[in-house]
Amino acid sequence: MQGSVGRDVIATLIVSVILIWALPLMVGTYTLTVLAIYAMLGLSLGLIWGFGGILCFGQAAFFGLGAYTYAIAAINIGESTLPMIIAVIVPCIFAALLGAMMFYGRLGDVYLGVITLVVTLILFKFVNSTAGPAYTIGNARLGGYNGIPGFPTLNVPGRTDLYIWGDALYYLCAVALVLVYLGVTWLLRSSFGRIAVGIRENETRMSLIGYDVRIRKTVMFAIGAAIAGLAGALYANWGAIVTPGLFSLSQSAEIIIWCIVGGLGTRFGPLLGAAGLGYLKFLLGQQSMINNTMLMGLILVLFVLFLPRGVVPAAISVWRASVGRPRRTGRARAMRRNRRRDRDDG
Amino acid sequence: MAEPVLETQHLSMHFGGVVALDNVTFTLRRGELRCLIGPNGAGKSTFFKCLTGLLTPSEGHVLMQGEETTGWPPHQVAALGVGIKTQVPNVMDALSVQENIWLAARRFLPSAQADAKTREVIDRLALGAIARTDLGQLAHGERQQVELGFVAASDPWLVLLDEPAAGMTAGEVARMTEVIHELNRTAAVVIVEHDMQFIRSIASKVTVFHQGAILIEEDVEAVMSDPHVRNIYLGKKA
Ligand SMILES: Nc1ncnc2c1ncn2[C@@H]1O[C@H](COP(=O)(O)OP(=O)(O)O)[C@@H](O)[C@H]1O
Ligand SMILES: [Mg+2]
Repeated sequence: MQGSVGRDVIATLIVSVILIWALPLMVGTYTLTVLAIYAMLGLSLGLIWGFGGILCFGQAAFFGLGAYTYAIAAINIGESTLPMIIAVIVPCIFAALLGAMMFYGRLGDVYLGVITLVVTLILFKFVNSTAGPAYTIGNARLGGYNGIPGFPTLNVPGRTDLYIWGDALYYLCAVALVLVYLGVTWLLRSSFGRIAVGIRENETRMSLIGYDVRIRKTVMFAIGAAIAGLAGALYANWGAIVTPGLFSLSQSAEIIIWCIVGGLGTRFGPLLGAAGLGYLKFLLGQQSMINNTMLMGLILVLFVLFLPRGVVPAAISVWRASVGRPRRTGRARAMRRNRRRDRDDG
Repeated sequence: MAEPVLETQHLSMHFGGVVALDNVTFTLRRGELRCLIGPNGAGKSTFFKCLTGLLTPSEGHVLMQGEETTGWPPHQVAALGVGIKTQVPNVMDALSVQENIWLAARRFLPSAQADAKTREVIDRLALGAIARTDLGQLAHGERQQVELGFVAASDPWLVLLDEPAAGMTAGEVARMTEVIHELNRTAAVVIVEHDMQFIRSIASKVTVFHQGAILIEEDVEAVMSDPHVRNIYLGKKA
């Protein structure tokens, strides 16, 4: 176990360094920055859905909350370090409260989906309706549908005269993504992560073993929200403006599509799905022939029909079948054993 | 007599108009190995679920080692040191045998000790050959064995098993019996079973459920020869 973790980390770092260096040769860093941010957002849902079994229809709510929190805190504080930290903490606490309500209330999966969806809608409606001068937090005006422009963006910690933007912001976001990815890897290898997967598989059994499923799901939900919040704060810096569209249902739906297309139950799938579809969206944005939303819908339908497990799990299967060592699969073994037993009995 | 580890007092459970349990008062003492029998629908599983917290009884009390546990959620009951196997197979299908048992061991042990415990339980239940196979790919009997592994991995002082031998081969039942006797060295055990052969081989005392109430509570042989019990089981092996 220990050895494989070490190898995993080294492999991740090597691949990351190569990608971070090579990608700007092909795609502009301005685009790559937002792709890294989307990837982080995809990973946040991939963690709680793929490994925690929590299908959240409102991951965009935590993303938007992170972005708005950063903007508001940055206007009031100026220096960007503390606003970044607050932008992670606020969605995390919000999710912890929401999660506690849902999981301690023993809501079924369907209601969980509905509630997260409704919360996203409410946030969207609320932020949209804050146009008047009455809606201010400290010096920050919420601005309604116009959003909040003109907040101080990231600076080198302690140096308010040194802004991080352009290529530097790309490298920062890419490194943040790698760190989050490694953090998720570590979490999933830890007892907490393994127990979370057990809960995804069978909640009743895990509680009969003695685990308090409610608190564990709440914590998992809050971790996912913290990651989404961080992505949101970085997004605010990339766009230099935050608007209610961040909270929109279409944004939430897109995150779910990223996860399905990339492949649930893997760390890399949702990340790849987010970056890949994000890039596709960027390319489509440069023309007006094909409607972007319709294409997203079409891609989802095609995947559900023909590749329901997603790109990464399918690729892993293909690789194992062709390149990998021909390992006897568990199913083949079980079938042989069953045949043997049937013979013994008869 | 040894002190009681599990008691119910006037336990009743209603589902709408159906009375599944009717005023059941039951005592299990330390070191005891007790079988619950009774025809289908007698209320055995309902009784079990009231003990484990999967159901909250309509009336009455459950006490474990003298502590009132009525209405506690399952995880709290299990955390006392109660090993539970439900009637319906209840496992983590996408995970390996090893990982399944580790999850049970980890609840009460730090990570490294849980690894050792997992190996020990796998050896004890002779699951070594399938340790890395996912539960979803196993036969029914093997899945039941793994559930017994959950119980063994948690070093319980009270073990509750609902139909542990159902659908198993003769060899598997024999090993199961062995493991249950082993568990019984350190834990009081309650088993719900149908198979009279199995009950004969395992228990000294039997509680017979009928229509949600306790009919009689006697030694195996006395129960087997009881005309009323034979009548209820008419057409069955007993
Ligand atoms: N969840 C439920 N809702 C309604 N009736 C139930 C429920 N569970 C059990 N019953 C009824 O309670 C009675 C006892 O069932 P059960 O405890 O499963 O019996 P046993 O395990 O002895 O076969 C049966 O009549 C059954 O139909
Ligand atoms: Mg039953």
